[in-house]
Amino acid sequence: AAGMFLRLLSDIQWRAAHPKWRRMTSSQRSTSTTAEPHPVSLPAQAQVVICGGGIMGTSVAYHLSKMGWKDIVLLEQGRLAAGTTRFCAGIVSTARPVSVELKMAHYSNKLYQQLEQETGVQTGYMKTGSISLAQTQDRLISLKRIASSLNVMGIPCEIISPKKVLQLHPLINIHDLVGAMYVPEDALVSSANVSLALATAASRNGVQIHERTTVSHITVQKGRVTGVETDRGRIQCEYFVNCAGQWAYELGHSGEEPVHIPLHACEHFYLLTHPLKEPLSSSLPTVVDPDGRIYIRNWQGGILSGGFEKNPKPLFTEGRNQLEIQNLQEDWDHFGPLLSALLRRMPGLEALQIMQLVNCPESFTPDMRCIMGESPTARGYFVLAGMNSAGISYGGGAGKYLAEWMVNGYPSANVWPLDVKRFGTLQSSRTFLRHRVMEVMPLMYDLKVPRWDFQTGRQLRTSPLYDRLDAQGARWMEKHGFERVKYFVPPGKDLLDLDHSKTFYKPDWFDIVGSEVKCCKEAVCVIDMSSFTKFEISSTGDQALESLQYLFSNDLDVPVGHVVHTGMLNEKGGYENDCSIARLSKRSFFMISPTDQQVHCWSWLKNHLPDDSNLVMEDVTWKYTALNLIGPRAVDVLSELSYAPMTAEHFPSLFCKEMSVGYANGIRVMSITHTGEPGFVLYIPIEYALHVYNEVMNMGQKYGIRNAGYYALRSLRIEKFFAFWGQDLDAFTTPMECGREFQVKLEKGMQFLGQEALLEQKQNGVYKRFTMFILEDHDTDMDLWPWWGEPIFRNGRYVGKTTSSAYSYTLERHVCLGFVHHFDEKTGEELVVTTDFINQGEYEIDIAGQRFQAKAKLYPFSSLFTQRRRKDEVELSGYQRE
Amino acid sequence: FYLTPPQVNSILKANEYSFKVPEFDGKNVSSVLGFDSNQLPANAPIEDRRSAATCLQTRGMLLGVFDGHAGCACAQAVSERLFYYIAVSLLPHETLLEIENAVESGRALLPILQWHKHPNDYFSKEASKLYFNSLRTYWQELIDLNSGETTDVREALINAFKRLDNDISLEAQVGDPNSFLNYLVLRVAFSGATACVAHVDGVDLHIANTGDSRAMLGVQEEDGSWSAVNLSYDHNAQNEREVERVKMEHPKSEEKSLVKQDRLLGLLMPFRAFGDVKFKWSIELQKRVIESGPDQLNDNEYTKFIPPNYYTPPYLTAEPEVIHHRLRPQDKFLVLATDGLWETMHRQDVARIVGEYLTGVHHQQPIAVGGYKVTLGQMHGLLTERRARISSVFEDQNAATHLIRHAVGNNEFGTVDHERLSKMLSLPEELARMYRDDITIIVVQFNSHVIGAYQDEE
Repeated sequence: AAGMFLRLLSDIQWRAAHPKWRRMTSSQRSTSTTAEPHPVSLPAQAQVVICGGGIMGTSVAYHLSKMGWKDIVLLEQGRLAAGTTRFCAGIVSTARPVSVELKMAHYSNKLYQQLEQETGVQTGYMKTGSISLAQTQDRLISLKRIASSLNVMGIPCEIISPKKVLQLHPLINIHDLVGAMYVPEDALVSSANVSLALATAASRNGVQIHERTTVSHITVQKGRVTGVETDRGRIQCEYFVNCAGQWAYELGHSGEEPVHIPLHACEHFYLLTHPLKEPLSSSLPTVVDPDGRIYIRNWQGGILSGGFEKNPKPLFTEGRNQLEIQNLQEDWDHFGPLLSALLRRMPGLEALQIMQLVNCPESFTPDMRCIMGESPTARGYFVLAGMNSAGISYGGGAGKYLAEWMVNGYPSANVWPLDVKRFGTLQSSRTFLRHRVMEVMPLMYDLKVPRWDFQTGRQLRTSPLYDRLDAQGARWMEKHGFERVKYFVPPGKDLLDLDHSKTFYKPDWFDIVGSEVKCCKEAVCVIDMSSFTKFEISSTGDQALESLQYLFSNDLDVPVGHVVHTGMLNEKGGYENDCSIARLSKRSFFMISPTDQQVHCWSWLKNHLPDDSNLVMEDVTWKYTALNLIGPRAVDVLSELSYAPMTAEHFPSLFCKEMSVGYANGIRVMSITHTGEPGFVLYIPIEYALHVYNEVMNMGQKYGIRNAGYYALRSLRIEKFFAFWGQDLDAFTTPMECGREFQVKLEKGMQFLGQEALLEQKQNGVYKRFTMFILEDHDTDMDLWPWWGEPIFRNGRYVGKTTSSAYSYTLERHVCLGFVHHFDEKTGEELVVTTDFINQGEYEIDIAGQRFQAKAKLYPFSSLFTQRRRKDEVELSGYQRE
Repeated sequence: FYLTPPQVNSILKANEYSFKVPEFDGKNVSSVLGFDSNQLPANAPIEDRRSAATCLQTRGMLLGVFDGHAGCACAQAVSERLFYYIAVSLLPHETLLEIENAVESGRALLPILQWHKHPNDYFSKEASKLYFNSLRTYWQELIDLNSGETTDVREALINAFKRLDNDISLEAQVGDPNSFLNYLVLRVAFSGATACVAHVDGVDLHIANTGDSRAMLGVQEEDGSWSAVNLSYDHNAQNEREVERVKMEHPKSEEKSLVKQDRLLGLLMPFRAFGDVKFKWSIELQKRVIESGPDQLNDNEYTKFIPPNYYTPPYLTAEPEVIHHRLRPQDKFLVLATDGLWETMHRQDVARIVGEYLTGVHHQQPIAVGGYKVTLGQMHGLLTERRARISSVFEDQNAATHLIRHAVGNNEFGTVDHERLSKMLSLPEELARMYRDDITIIVVQFNSHVIGAYQDEE
């Protein structure tokens, strides 16, 4: 039956031009089970070895060979396009919430459209369009948000009425619909044939393809890939690309030094039917009914319909080969709810005859985004896997980005949301993955409202104060496995209600966070910020200073005890990381970076620091609990606890000192708060954490101290126009573009990474500018709230997107931060963005299709700073992270 | 008026209890995965009792159900005491000595049992000293008797049952200076209780049964289907061997009066039981004890009433019938239940319902379309029907609760009918007993891997 399916689904038409390869594959197709002698032996060495002949592997091979790399070997354990790719439903859909995913899908669509012409392989490409249905107003809002971002990318897309839905697809029952989104250029393909077409083109470009070759492990020496061991011998190589799909996790763990690729397979079911009496047209649009958890496409006159059920069935947790993919059983009882949803959506299909229920495993990742990039532990080891069932939509674009990454050192777009380095070993537990993907799979079609959190795999990394804070009403979110407080529910509030506060509008915690913010402004608050990544770098001589001076743009040769905010930039001047570095002594530095930088920053430093045994770097994240004391009374609390004067004369801003707090000694106190408000962060060795916390809370009572969470911090930093890395800042943003020139010391007397690019920008100007927007006619109570990713319009023309937003309790207005570009009105070419350009525009922010007037500002409100503070105490800018 | 499904659930689940054996208890890997138990009262208060405990000084686990009659006092006492008697009977000489020495010198005692109790399963504080003294006398005798032989489980069970019944009888004859206790021991002796106890140690399963509760083994056949194996015989009029036994023990002249209307002496349903001294003591002894007893006892018509044709007591014994079974990998679970369950359900149905519950619904034959012509609508109808059939399974986290739901709510088609369930559970107290008896169930789940490993070793 499986063999029949291969033919039914993909209609393989094999016309590879490469004679060597055609012989090999055709002989194997005729005898599918017996192993044969391989006509072509493996080369002894190659520049690149790709493992996996699915859509990902073939796409990487295709793009690498197009970019001029020729010495490439692609290995496939079975046959090309025979795994998940073969069974994939073949829907190319561009409606993706994350911008880089949207770009990949858009590129894939364009690529597949011309692929048949390019290669001569029939891909079954058919532009059918797709309709995403909304059964609720909230769903319609989420579709409108996606529609906004598709439109500004030039992808046709419209929100349509139920009546229009019926015109596009006569079988749909529209009685329970409130609207829909129509994307006319979405397409259908035969995914196996797309993969074969890519392989054909790659093969013509010189890529060697070997089927029935199993990779056993990768050899790594001195942190670099050196070769690949297969069941047919060894290939020496410089680069290895793991495109092994659902087996990528295990392949990553097969070597001596594991490469963590956190993904896990789940069974995925779809139904195939015989043709209707009057066969469905092959141009009929694909229907996605997320509230019913199903998708429906036309298929050979009948339909193909699958979905993402509430109770997924994870598999292969214990490892591969328990059962072959081919032996997976149909499970009608499991599919029942999806079948109900299908018949509810298309009642006319009752009499349609079933052909088969296909069980096709898909791999899912802990955060629903795919995994690509270079391993932090083995240079030259690249990964592209974990497509969360959107492999065919992403295939083309993902392969292109990865090829660019390998050839150019970095892709042409910011792919941090997909970077394998966003994960560490902690997301690699099989139990964690099994539990998390059971949440992720239904989430594919769940409504995602602002600030949703994962519920599984929680309480993994916690601060020593976790229980104390939890008992005081803390509500938690998770970052990089670490539990962080969102806000504290005051006693007596209805808790159940707060848990159901997920909405696109004003959330229930509005007043709670408001009072925390007020306390930060008027008294003092404590926020546990232990999750931040903390490194110590020291050396016997000047090596530490010299190396860091090269890697950071600000001048680190400051007196001992000073704290420096600085970017860690790449060659193009873009932010690889944004940190605060304290000079602890002449030869040692303490570095604070965002929580999710733990793996990325470590590997960046490892790759860039000289290999010198006198230079020591240590990850001390786990050693310290960080308490952020924010507010005008923080100084009083701390001086009472330490019997040391903490006023600005004795303890100026951006200063770091080890001191005693309560009974505990050796507390690292820094006069920064990450918010622009006055205060201190205390880095406390963990065994003192509870003591210091108790002392602070006791002593703080008379100053009105209270606990606060990250939502308060976020509101504070955004109204102060502080950008943070990972949200506002990325590898494609330079300090010049976000008003942080003062953190760059071009004249510090030595070369640093990114210097040339910044010099050039200084002379020629920047092409985008980080800007703060105050929403003018936005009603906080009644209107949709901004989140991030909202299009920005200047004088009615699209100029960029927001990157973060928050309600400012001080301004009593919403504040959005985002980047403004200057596109030439005629050519669309990017022009230099000047201060005048920013200041002389009328701005609007598009929230789910509704535009709100906004006032643009390039500098924060000074009035916010001067209350109760002298000007020289101010942390003058822009440093913040979440 | 009807109970809503949540109300029904809260009634059914009020007494449920589950215990999972820790995977590695530090000593040995247990052949028991855990057990679920539950009881549903019909009498107010309920006269059934249940017990479960792990033996700490020997290996093995004890589980039992006890069905009281003429009050719950006897069942309560047996549920508290019997396992101590069994555990002590199983202890080697040295351990007995050690315990006795500890008591003698006021040192801390070795714990003998680890109980697994529902919060409603209480122990009487007042009687504990009295019970302890009787138990101590027993082990002191065991020490004196020291036979030097290793303890045989069968014998230990029989001795424990007989000894406890004897102690119950003696305590009532001797009385107690404390008037509360004095009344208590009399109530225990004049009421009765059956007992069905399982002792599991590795692959050795012993069932000791006295009365008409029942032990049943759930066996999974090779084709996945379920069958039931009885591991106890009911001691009642339906059991010919039991009728024969009673007749053998009394003169031929009494043959006709011994069993009347399927009852012992026309009065008692179970043919073996704890307590029930009215069927054990001589008439003189009964009269003497009642006369010297407290007023409450004298006022009770039942206790004063002497059974008719009462010539050659004792007519009743607590001696259990013991069955030994070596567990096999296909033996998946054991059900111990009072007659309240067996009156309403056939053991074959019990085996199937519990078996399917424990293995999930996966053993419902999966649907395969194969080459048949099936439409989406037909498939949808079929799946909806299947879902309705299994939905009751998902409501329960406890196999015993699930069984009770079926026992009380099953309609003529063998599926749970919510309306019927609701009616049965909302019967007023005085009517409930007419439609159903107290039901107490323990479902013990075995670890087939461990049992398989035991087999391989041999």
